[in-house]
Amino acid sequence: MAFDAPEDLDEFRTSVREWLEENCPPSMRTPMKDDEIVWGGKREAFKNPDSKVWLERMGEKGWTAPEWPAEYGGGGLNKAQARVLQQELRRIKARPALFSFGLWMFGPALLEFGNDEQKKRFIPDIVKGKTRWCQGYSEPGAGSDLAGLQTKCEDKGDHWLINGQKVWTSYADQADWIFCLVRTDKSVKHEGISFLVFDMETEGVEARPIKLISGSSPFCETFFTDVKVPKDQLVGKLNGGWTIAKRLLQFERSSISAGGFGGTGGSGILPPQEYAKQHVGVDETGRVSDGDLRARITDHLMYAKAFGLTVQRSTEEAKAGQEVGHTASIMKYAAAKMNQDKCELLVEALGTDGLGWSGDGFAEDAKKATRGWLRSKGNSIEGGTSEINLNVVAKRVLGLREHQ
Amino acid sequence: MSFVLSEDQQMLRDTAMAFARDEMPVSHLRELRDGGANGVDAEMRGKLAELGFFGVLVPEEYDGVGLGMVAMGQIMEAQGRTIAATPLLQTAVMGASALILGGSEAQKAEWLPKIASGEVTVALAVDEGTHHAPLNIATEAERNGQGYTLNGAKRYVPDGHHADVFIIAARTFGEAGQAHGISLFLVPNTADGLSVNALNTVDSHGAAHLTLEDVAVGEDCVIGAVDAGWEVLEPTLDRGRIALAAEALGSAQAAFDMTLEYMQTRKQFGQLIGSFQSLQHRAAKMFTDLELTRSCIAAALSGIDENRNDVAELASLAKARASDLIHLVSNETVQFHGGIGMTDAHDSGLYMKRARVQEALLGGASYHRDRYAKLNGF
Repeated sequence: MAFDAPEDLDEFRTSVREWLEENCPPSMRTPMKDDEIVWGGKREAFKNPDSKVWLERMGEKGWTAPEWPAEYGGGGLNKAQARVLQQELRRIKARPALFSFGLWMFGPALLEFGNDEQKKRFIPDIVKGKTRWCQGYSEPGAGSDLAGLQTKCEDKGDHWLINGQKVWTSYADQADWIFCLVRTDKSVKHEGISFLVFDMETEGVEARPIKLISGSSPFCETFFTDVKVPKDQLVGKLNGGWTIAKRLLQFERSSISAGGFGGTGGSGILPPQEYAKQHVGVDETGRVSDGDLRARITDHLMYAKAFGLTVQRSTEEAKAGQEVGHTASIMKYAAAKMNQDKCELLVEALGTDGLGWSGDGFAEDAKKATRGWLRSKGNSIEGGTSEINLNVVAKRVLGLREHQ
Repeated sequence: MSFVLSEDQQMLRDTAMAFARDEMPVSHLRELRDGGANGVDAEMRGKLAELGFFGVLVPEEYDGVGLGMVAMGQIMEAQGRTIAATPLLQTAVMGASALILGGSEAQKAEWLPKIASGEVTVALAVDEGTHHAPLNIATEAERNGQGYTLNGAKRYVPDGHHADVFIIAARTFGEAGQAHGISLFLVPNTADGLSVNALNTVDSHGAAHLTLEDVAVGEDCVIGAVDAGWEVLEPTLDRGRIALAAEALGSAQAAFDMTLEYMQTRKQFGQLIGSFQSLQHRAAKMFTDLELTRSCIAAALSGIDENRNDVAELASLAKARASDLIHLVSNETVQFHGGIGMTDAHDSGLYMKRARVQEALLGGASYHRDRYAKLNGF
């Protein structure tokens, strides 16, 4: 990393500030609305036209991926500069220009494991939000035991031939491309897995949305029937996919624990203590009159505060060059517990107002809280169950052995 | 907020950790207990003083080193690792803080150098009931011609059984429950009318009940303004709470390490018990709680040094989470060790006994949850 004299950074800050002043549309400086989130890709409708302008401008600078190499369309910034950009974006309360599995998961893995040609082909469109990616990992028979996956990939000389089924593929029905784990050798488990990417419009690919208990359908079942994939779309080595998969799961877990959870409820939902004050009431000293609920809300708030401080601590420790593996590995588990506790408290504090489903009989925020509570049950299942995460902590961090 | 130690702080931490390990291991507390010392050890106090530990908060102009709370927290965590009995919490943290925050120039000049050198031990005496309730002060300080006359009682004062001087919170106005009307008084242990009843406590650290019968003190013994002692007392207590939380964190980490080691050596059914998933998951959850709590304590310690305006909130966060943590970890330490954990010969029990004292002193988790909720407006 190049050393930046403070004055250089000051200069950079000034230029960022000026650029943002000129280029960030006013409506992009207001709190994000749930239905105005931009995921990019061919099907992106840009409900708010300003969000299109904002994405184009940020994408052109490479600032959707500030630290990725400029030769592939990234921002090419060093850590200090990226931090300045982050601060300046926060200062004007700018919305993220792009939400993207390409940015959070696939891109970092491709930069690490892909060849130059693949990076040139895929990274620029991730940065600009032109391609929307989905992840083909879980299968009906391979959930927590992901390496047990069976989707078959045969070498047909001039192409790969894929047959099988994926499940829990996030937004597969809206994605342009998929990065996918497939079995290239049945005789071994982890060493028989490869990492492929292909177009979702390829013949033989079909995505069917799954309706969840919350009523929404963010996930799909994805079927592959004699799907032909060009040979140059294998990432990394043949049978070397598990290494990439594990690395990518780290990116996924850290992006989930950094706040990418489904079920937080979205905008307009108040913190649980506010609903408790409104619906349960307060005593003459201003305390929520249900002491038991009040204590549990407080316990949750403290947990959330402790979580936030731990994120801050691990960021600082990483900056200071200290080992942070310990902290990172517990965050997915803690984030799931924190979010689920919050969602339960919201519904409990709302009372019967938190038990509506649809229609005018219930307020919008209350209905969101209810749906969010249902959605949050997936937090301890998706991206590695809490039990699997505790196994990881026990084995990798605490050094405990596997049962024989 | 700073989470990374400076070089000075890291050096002090290393020194304190090595000292606790080499000079004050758990076996030392055992020796004190079995010898009937009730946690008092003049020789050890001398060694702590030589290392400069009593003067960490005391500014250099009063012969201290003025390194601040983050530094002090490292020492507290170290002594927590071996559940060592030292006068540091009362003398070096709360005694020093009360004087630094509220003392007159004369009081500072007289007492701070003696604190820094380890020459005197101080004990802050606040609580009068069985549960921490610093506003519920009923001990009376009545104005007389030359000064004040104190009447009342204090319960379970840590280090009370060997303190040279007390800081007594008494009421000069109003009634129990009110902040206004509390005043702080320096009272030497030789004062007429003061009786000190030493207690044999479960953690073998000792403590004392105090009775004050017509104890006369001069006007120059008031710390801070009369009736406005709360303005000094509350931030002093918060420093104590944060320091005690750091101590409890050290104890929890040490008990956890001991448990982890046992999981990797003890075999049943031909397997290491550490390979059993039911134990692995409980250990992983404890580890998560340890890491989350460590962040809260680091934030609270640096919050003091940075003079942040949310110190009260951070102190309650740190003390509540540390209390819950040490409660859980000390119980699990006994359970994971099985039968051996129930024996006096094993250290598990000593950690659990000290844990309950760490929890109760200066307010347990429920006290601080209540305070945190109030500070957050509900």
